[in-house]
Order: sequence, then C-alpha cells, then structure tokens
Amino acid sequence: MRHLAWQSVLALVLCLAGAAMLPLADAVSALPFTVGQTAAVELLLLASVFVSVSGINPLGGAIFLFLAVHIAAFTLVGGIAGNEGGARLSFFLLLAAAWLLAWRLNVLISGLKAGSRGARNFQRLIVPTLFGVWILILWEGITRGAGVPFVLLPPPTSIAVRFANSLPILGADLVQTVFKAVVAGYVIGCGAGFIVAILADRVPFLRKGMLPIGNVVSALPIIGIAPIMVMWFGFDWPSKAAVVVVMTFFPMLVNTVAGLAASGHMERDLMRTYASNYWQTLFKLRLPAAAPFIFNALKINSTLALIGAIVAEFFGTPIVGMGFRISTEVGRMNIDMVWAEIAVAAIAGSIFYGVVALVERAVTFWHPSVRGG
Amino acid sequence: MDSFRDKIVPVSVIVAAILVVWYVAAIFMNAPYQRELNARAHVTPDLGAFIGQTWAQRKPTLPAPHQIAENFFKNTFLVKITSRRSLVYNSWVTLSSTMAGFASGTLLGILIAVGIVHVPVLDRSLMPWIIASQTIPILAIAPMVVVVFAAIGITGLIPKALISTYLSFFPVAVGMVKGLRSPDILHLDLMHTYNASKVQAFWKLRVPASMPFLFTSMKVAVAASLVGAIVAELPTGAVAGIGAKLLAGSYYSQTIDMWSALVAGSVVAVLLVATVGVVGRFVELRMGARP
Repeated sequence: MRHLAWQSVLALVLCLAGAAMLPLADAVSALPFTVGQTAAVELLLLASVFVSVSGINPLGGAIFLFLAVHIAAFTLVGGIAGNEGGARLSFFLLLAAAWLLAWRLNVLISGLKAGSRGARNFQRLIVPTLFGVWILILWEGITRGAGVPFVLLPPPTSIAVRFANSLPILGADLVQTVFKAVVAGYVIGCGAGFIVAILADRVPFLRKGMLPIGNVVSALPIIGIAPIMVMWFGFDWPSKAAVVVVMTFFPMLVNTVAGLAASGHMERDLMRTYASNYWQTLFKLRLPAAAPFIFNALKINSTLALIGAIVAEFFGTPIVGMGFRISTEVGRMNIDMVWAEIAVAAIAGSIFYGVVALVERAVTFWHPSVRGG
Repeated sequence: MDSFRDKIVPVSVIVAAILVVWYVAAIFMNAPYQRELNARAHVTPDLGAFIGQTWAQRKPTLPAPHQIAENFFKNTFLVKITSRRSLVYNSWVTLSSTMAGFASGTLLGILIAVGIVHVPVLDRSLMPWIIASQTIPILAIAPMVVVVFAAIGITGLIPKALISTYLSFFPVAVGMVKGLRSPDILHLDLMHTYNASKVQAFWKLRVPASMPFLFTSMKVAVAASLVGAIVAELPTGAVAGIGAKLLAGSYYSQTIDMWSALVAGSVVAVLLVATVGVVGRFVELRMGARP
C-alpha cells in the first residue's frame, strides 16, 4: 500500500469543505460564478486528488494533474475579477486545494526519472517555473478575492496592464538609468578597480595597504555618498554614474587582487623556466587563473550598479529615470506603476547578470565549475 | 612584529596619502566658490590664507577632513544624546531597525535553508528563485514599502526592519544551505554507523559544520541590513536616522553634516561587522573549531 501524500489528503478535505460552503463569492457586480464553473472547478480538483494518489502512469498522471489544476485555478482567479472583495471562504478553500495539488504535482515531477538530457533540463526548468507561477496565482487570487486595497498590493494582472500601457515611459526610464548611468559607471568602476588591482599586484606595498582598506570599505554603506555626488555632478546621469563607479570599484579591486594570487606555484615556476617576463605571465597564466574571481566581482557589481543608480535618483534627477519614477509614483499612490517599474528593474537586472554569466561561461570554459556542468 | 611591517605601516601610509590627496582636492574644489566670496568682499588674500579659507568654508563642496572630524566629534560627544542633532541618537534609530531586521532576516534565512536542505521539492522550486532574486535590485522597493505601510498606519521601526529583513535573508539562506551541505560523505556515513537519527545528525554534525558559512554570510547580511535601513529612512520625510540626516543635509546643502553622517554610518557598519566576527569566532570555538 502506497502511503497517501499529505498534500492530496488535505486538498480532498479542503475540496469537500469548500463544496459544503458554496457559493464561491457574493455577487458584487454583474458576473458571479455560474453553477457550471463552480461544478467544473470542484470536479477538476476532485479528479486531480484521485489521480495524484492513484499513482497510475506517473507521466500521464502528471500531465492530467497539470492541466486540471491549472484550468481550475484560472477559472477561480478569472471568475473573481470584477467581484473584488466578494470571495467567500469556499473560494479560498478551493484555491488552497488547487495550490496543494500543484505542490503535489511538483513533488511528482521532481520524482520522475527523466530519460534524455533534454527531459532532465525541462524538468529542472518546470519545477521552479510552476513555483513562480503559483506565487502569482495566489497573489492574484488573494488580492482580488479578499479585496486587498489597491494601494496596498495591486494584483499582478493590473500591474501587467499598467506595464503594457506605459511602455514608452518605462523605456525612457530604462535608457536614462541603465543605458546611461549604470553602463557608464559600471565600465569605469570595474575598469578602474581592475587597473588599480594590477598596480597593487606590481607594487606589494600598495597591495598590503589597499587590501585591508578595500575589505573595510566593502562593508560600508557606500550608497550614502549618493547625495554628495548629486551635489558635485548635478542632477543628470553623470552623478548616478559616479555613485556606481565608487560602489563597483572596491569589489572589483578586492576580487581581482585575490584572483591574481590564485595561480599555483608550480605553474608560476613553469612560466619562470620559460623565461617569461611579468606581463607574459600575467596575460597567459595569472589573469586566466583570476578569471573566476573577476567574473564573481562583475556579477556582484551588476546588481550593485543598478541599486546604486536607482537609489541615487531618490536624491534628485531630471524628470526621467527608474528611481525618480518609483519615488514620485509612490508619492502619488500609483502603486501599480511602481510595481511595473520594479518589474523592469528586475528584468534588466536579470538580463545584465545573465549576460555577465554567459560571457563567463565563454571565457572560463576550461574551469572545472563550467566544464563539469 | 610581522603584522606591524606587513599591515600597519602600509595601511597607515595609504591612509595618510588619501588624506593628503583629500586636502589638495578640497583646495581645488572649494576654490571657485571661495574666489567668488572674496571678490564680493573685495579682499585678496595671499595664497596661504586662501588655502586656509578653502578649508574653513561653512558649506564647502568638499569639506576638509578636520572639518568633518570636528563636526562628528561635536555631534557625537558634545550634543545631548536625546537631541535631534546628535549622531548617537540618529545612529541608534538606524541601528535599532538594522538589528531588528537583521535578527529576523537571519532567522528566516536559517529556516529557509533548513527547509531547502531537508525537503527536495523546496530545493528544486525555491532555490532557483532565491538565486534569481539576488540579481534584482531589491532596494528599489524600499520607498514603496515605507509609504504603503504608512498608508495603513504602520510607521516607525517595522517597515524599515522589514526592508532590512528582506535584504539580509538572501545571503544567510544561501550561505546556510552551503554550510548545512558541507559535511562530507565520510562524516555523514559515520553518523549513520552510530545509528544517529536525522535530527541528531542535524544538530551534532550539520549545524556545527555550517557555522563558518553562517557567520561569513551574516557579515554580508549585516552590512546589507544597514544599507537597507539607511535607504528606508530616505522617503520617510527625514524624521530621524542616518539616512534622514543625509537627506536633510542634501536639502540644505549642509555638506559637513552629510559627511559626518556618512562617517557615523561607516562606524556603525564596522562595529556591526566586527561584532558578528567576534561572536562567530566565539561560537566556532565553542563548537569545536580548531583555532
């Protein structure tokens, strides 16, 4: 006898409790749930419960579960739109049941033995994706169902609508903050950090003096220099770039110095027996050996740079820029616009990080952590 | 005396060099405004006096280090601690929300890490999001959190602490997952031969093994909490705290005040990181780390 998964059992209980407490919602406006929709949701969820515990044909069961649970969830969430705040307990019970079944589905998918490499990659992708999608579904269902005030937390769909409707503004902000301030500051800051690290490597005295200072400065709230930079370089993007330069400089310096010490004694001795000079050793041995450290700094800096530029804009900007938009729209209580801007920041940050990570894979193809994967 | 020759001398030389560069830069950056002032007052000081003037402006573009030190000393030790001008008071405001956020963030991070290590589904579904969330400029939501909480009547410590929590739980969760997985197969097998239960293996092997990872990431987390607390103070309309002091300074061009607030923030940061380091050493020694 297989032991019953607790998610399925609990989902069954919730399903039955939800059925006992129908209807799903008080009709706030024109379109409440129809009897057909309610019955369909109940039936789909009950069927999912039985499929999830039956264990027949794992792959087919998972596909059925996937379809049934999501159709039920989208019927629930879709039906509540227009009836904000009208949801009754049974709505939340059924939503919770669907969520538990989705969790069960994730457990089933994780347990599947993927045959080919492609299937394994798909499996590795679908589990976190489902998790993320369910956060959005629960967010949508709870904010709309319980009628959470719009200024507190807007549902994801209205954020998406706002996002789609204000593409030009979001685009202008993106250009101002990312393509001007962040990119300029990032290149200058990382470049300067790198060059100073090479200098420090040439002059041991400099290294001994700079490294402790760099380590201490890395822990300081450097972001605080933002108002000073705004005062020095004016309201436009150069002041933001300056903040980014200072924020990215020290991680780059510390990591590059650590990386330059990473090559082994044997290899360095080998270079000596080849009679190679400092620069040859640097370019052919020590910099490649330092690459993982340098890319680590570049990755850390990609996030720091965005944060620096956005926060610096809180201290004064021309009337464009992501930080400016966030602070003014918060003041006007347009919280959906703020979330749209945060979505842009998140996408930009992830792409920035992703590009650095891809370059890293291409450059350090020889490194065990890349080769082994 | 190795550490003296290897560390103290180079560091002090570099610090001295930075100070010299700073004073020189202060002359050049403050010179235009000073020339303007002198022209208006119809005075033509000689070079030495002029340099002295650039180091003694009331609202300099770049204050000289001694001006900052003087302001810092005055606002730290000479002003009453309860005064709004006192840096001790403002640092305390920031420190309290930092500590509250850091404590809850660390706790949350540890709980998430324990969940991830013991529940495979959580590992697969949560871990990618935790890593992805590190690429997102989370700090951008700070003003929204503060304003939204203010809209429903919650102000003061909680929203700021919430931002600090948010910033500090990622590093702790990631570091702790690494730490809890750090015992090698041999040690786990040994626990198995002792017939240790999962709980025993957790407390007697995994937890002690994870301590160095935990405290390393806690150092990162405490610095992040402080940044979160400072940024969270920006949109509150400059009530109190280091961030508020910075904002007020930037409104009224009180550059010296801004710099001394920065110094205060740095002192707090160094103290926090050092405290975490000391506690970490102590805990590791108690748990059997070899010195």
